[in-house]
Amino acid sequence: MNALLAEYLPIVIFLIIAAGMAIAVLAGSYLVAPQRPDAAKLSAYECGFDAFEDARRQFDVRFYLVAILFIIFDLEVAFLFPWAISLSKIGVFGLISMLVFLGVLTVGFIYEWKKGALEWE
Amino acid sequence: MAEVGFWGGYAWPALLIALKVLAIVLPLLLIVAYVTLAERKVMAAMQLRVGPNVVGPLGVWQSFADALKMVFKETILPTGANRVVFLAAPALMFTLAMIGWAVIPFDDGLVLSDINVGVLYLFAISSLGVYGIIMAGWASNSRYAFLGALRSAAQMVSYEVSAGFVIITVLLAVGSLNLSDIVEAQRDLWLVIPLFPMFVIFFVSALAETNRHPFDLPEAESELVAGYQVEYSALTFGLFFIGEYANMCLMSALTTILFLGGWLAPFDVAPFTWIPGIVWFALKIALCLFVFVWVRATLPRYRYDQLMRLGWKVFLPISLFWVALTAVVLVVFDWLPQT
Repeated sequence: MNALLAEYLPIVIFLIIAAGMAIAVLAGSYLVAPQRPDAAKLSAYECGFDAFEDARRQFDVRFYLVAILFIIFDLEVAFLFPWAISLSKIGVFGLISMLVFLGVLTVGFIYEWKKGALEWE
Repeated sequence: MAEVGFWGGYAWPALLIALKVLAIVLPLLLIVAYVTLAERKVMAAMQLRVGPNVVGPLGVWQSFADALKMVFKETILPTGANRVVFLAAPALMFTLAMIGWAVIPFDDGLVLSDINVGVLYLFAISSLGVYGIIMAGWASNSRYAFLGALRSAAQMVSYEVSAGFVIITVLLAVGSLNLSDIVEAQRDLWLVIPLFPMFVIFFVSALAETNRHPFDLPEAESELVAGYQVEYSALTFGLFFIGEYANMCLMSALTTILFLGGWLAPFDVAPFTWIPGIVWFALKIALCLFVFVWVRATLPRYRYDQLMRLGWKVFLPISLFWVALTAVVLVVFDWLPQT
């Protein structure tokens, strides 16, 4: 086997075994336990009231904002991973380049903060 | 590849790996069972109660009684639910909580897959956890589940950013993404000492990412009943439960590896080095898990705006600043690890 396969095959096999266990456990419980469904049992739980038609409706726009901010900063973290490993090779030049990049992002972050994108009353 | 046959080249190695995987998964499930029991016992002791003590001596079989009860419960598939996604969500949560352990080094060389991007792999796996929760909340088609899932997703991604920056500071100090290398680099000095503020931020972020107290708003019993888990029953709930505790153990293991010196003994002298590394590793994880429970028994729940403020306005600026500071200090004093 080549090196890449030798390193990642265990993860693939782990994934298959874990997913297989999850499915087996769900199916096993479904088959073993008595199933007696009725309308009241199967309706969505809303503290005893009759369930509304559909729960998937409008929600607060700030959740979108958090998701967008997350994408920006998580990409930044992804950029930092290779930089952190190779900093000893790229030295002062690499350090200053990344500090400029972080500075630009910080300006954006301050703008978001001032605009109130991070406020939850 | 023509020389090695199917059996010699692939089937036997694969079977051997499968056995190794089982040697990780089965003890892990046993440990999860006892972590839940230990949590109840420790919390009981902190609240001057006895805790579970009926099933077996000192209640040692309690978790197995609970598991058995859960197996024989009815699996409820709500009428409004999207069935495939509804069932896939707990399976995904369980699978993700398990496969993270593939790269964890339990002792020197005792690791299933010693990949050279171990930290990146764990970071990716813990990010994927959000999908399980979003899927559960959306597929349930229930108000509580939907709100709980939204809250949980926003909370997990918020704290993941600061956890990511903390990991970057560790990588700067170590110069490798390989988890075994990170542990070896701490032989002289555990990173918890030079990077103590980062350790605190990482641990608090771990609490938030595993939806534990004081950040358990997704489940906030008094307002959302059980959040994204509200429509789940029997082992669909059980898989979420196991996944949550296995994730707690995984985050404790990651904290141990990044900051507490993994399998290394606290002092590199005789009586400490006699104890095998895996025991030290387990003890350090147990210590982290104890703090998880201790926090739960001590602190009240955060409000949602406080939670977001802490994540975005406190942890993010501090960890971002520390990344820059660490990099500058390492370059100026020429302390960078030579890779």
